[in-house]
Amino acid sequence: MSLGSQILHLARRSVIRTLRQPANWITPLIFPLALMAVNSGGLQAATSLPGFPTDSFVAFFLAFPFIQGALFSTVNAGVDLARDIQTGFLNRLALTPMQSTALLVGHLGGVIVMGFVQAIWYLAVGLAIGVRIEAGVLGTVVLLVLAVLIVTAFGSFGALAALRTGSTEAVHSLFPVFFVFLFISSMNLPRNLIETDWFQVAASANPVSYLIEAIRSLVIQGWNEEALALGFAIAIGLSIVGLTLSSLSLRTRLART
Amino acid sequence: MEQAIEVRGLVREFKGGIHAVAGIDLDVAPGEIYGFLGPNGAGKSTTVHMLTTLLPPTAGTAKVGGHDIVAEGPAVRRTIGAALQEAALDPLLTGREHLKLQLALHGIPRAERDRRTDELLERVGLRLAADRKIGGYSGGMKRRLDLALALAHRPRILFLDEPTTGLDPQSRSALWDEVVRLKRDEGVTVFLTTQYLEEADVLADRVGIIDHGRIVAEGTPAALKAEIGRPTVEAVPTEETEPAKLEAIFGRFGELQPSTAGVAVRLDGKGGLADVVRALDSADVTVAALHLHAPTLDDVFLAKTGRSLEGEEEPSEPEPAPA
Repeated sequence: MSLGSQILHLARRSVIRTLRQPANWITPLIFPLALMAVNSGGLQAATSLPGFPTDSFVAFFLAFPFIQGALFSTVNAGVDLARDIQTGFLNRLALTPMQSTALLVGHLGGVIVMGFVQAIWYLAVGLAIGVRIEAGVLGTVVLLVLAVLIVTAFGSFGALAALRTGSTEAVHSLFPVFFVFLFISSMNLPRNLIETDWFQVAASANPVSYLIEAIRSLVIQGWNEEALALGFAIAIGLSIVGLTLSSLSLRTRLART
Repeated sequence: MEQAIEVRGLVREFKGGIHAVAGIDLDVAPGEIYGFLGPNGAGKSTTVHMLTTLLPPTAGTAKVGGHDIVAEGPAVRRTIGAALQEAALDPLLTGREHLKLQLALHGIPRAERDRRTDELLERVGLRLAADRKIGGYSGGMKRRLDLALALAHRPRILFLDEPTTGLDPQSRSALWDEVVRLKRDEGVTVFLTTQYLEEADVLADRVGIIDHGRIVAEGTPAALKAEIGRPTVEAVPTEETEPAKLEAIFGRFGELQPSTAGVAVRLDGKGGLADVVRALDSADVTVAALHLHAPTLDDVFLAKTGRSLEGEEEPSEPEPAPA
């Protein structure tokens, strides 16, 4: 069986598993948007700040659900992989002619499919409440590609945690860590408007800020080459690092000859 | 004739210098059921993990289906099926989905996948439960599905690691029947680990007894029992029977054994059951019943290790998967 077919079968399993755990897909679809609604209501006044890039805080904040949704699906996917290790299902797969690459990519394939569905949903809700994507149709496509890349990057780190620890609890414990990265970023304000020095420094050093700003630029600015280049470079870079480390961990975990 | 499984000096050492398997040699002929018997922690599962390529050995060599387990892992995996100690199933998938995934990963074409899935579900009695999620299966149903998954790609060699542990007698019996059928009808070689004496006795053509990572005895169950070959005579006393007198008579024929029913002696060759009966008669000792127990594999284990296998509790083997 070809590598592609193996990946497809394992990705299909990953999607089925997710669909059969409603909490794993309902939460990422609802919670980020709920948080967006609360923040947009409370922080609309921020748009009056001199230099704020748009007069719609909802449009400004729409990038947030993409990142938070990616975090949810990442942790869920990591937990699923850790559970496979704990139950011995990984050994069952290892006893087939399945290639190791297929396991990792197939697993992430399921995460990516779910991430793509989430991205479409966030976009649809955004458009429904009046947000306009300044970069147009092509920009919307680019936004979806970037969203998928971000899910891949985060997903690879979720898989890495699962493969390193083999523990669902350890993967769960990543969530607050990821959340810290999300909150110490430019999610609520543009970095140049953050007045607290340490926060601005931290947000500038935080790669999540650049992922948010890349998505945000497509929504509120149009084509901002610098923001997009940074966002894509970080998403691709994180994906490469995460996938490489995950592959190495998988090789150790699957000690088969 | 090439052996189905050929093991020479196989060793697996874990962190801390623990030798889970301390140098074993064994051969399993094609079409044979080989029972690998031992208490918890003896090294059974570690051996299976090495022979199924899931764990590289520290030293020694082994060939499974003619393929080296280290140098030809993928070829070994194509040849074998394995049901490991825990029925490793995904609680969110159905039985049918498990089989289809397994068959797909083995490269079975789609049309054959459907036919083979139905055939396997029928064979293990899960046709009606095929589309239910595994989370709702009983332990016996999970074990049967586990076996079906191991057989999905028609392997020539089957590894079953304690397949009946925790099963009710009915499920155990059904699984035994299937193992016998596989050997008889399909010529499948079966490497079966168990801690149940009866299971090894009933199923295995030959038995290897492992203790502390070493094989301490090997042969057919009959030959192993004949080797230590001493039956036990057990007397159930009446109310009038004087226990001391009974013990004195029995003591002349061998070593007294613990007995919940009365008094028992393992015959040491100085006499048989008839001699015991004559001795009781001549001493005018009456008993309610007299039983002759043939030697069991537990007697073999006791003779080889000084301990009884039944009720034996040892620490579990170190986790075979690497940390």
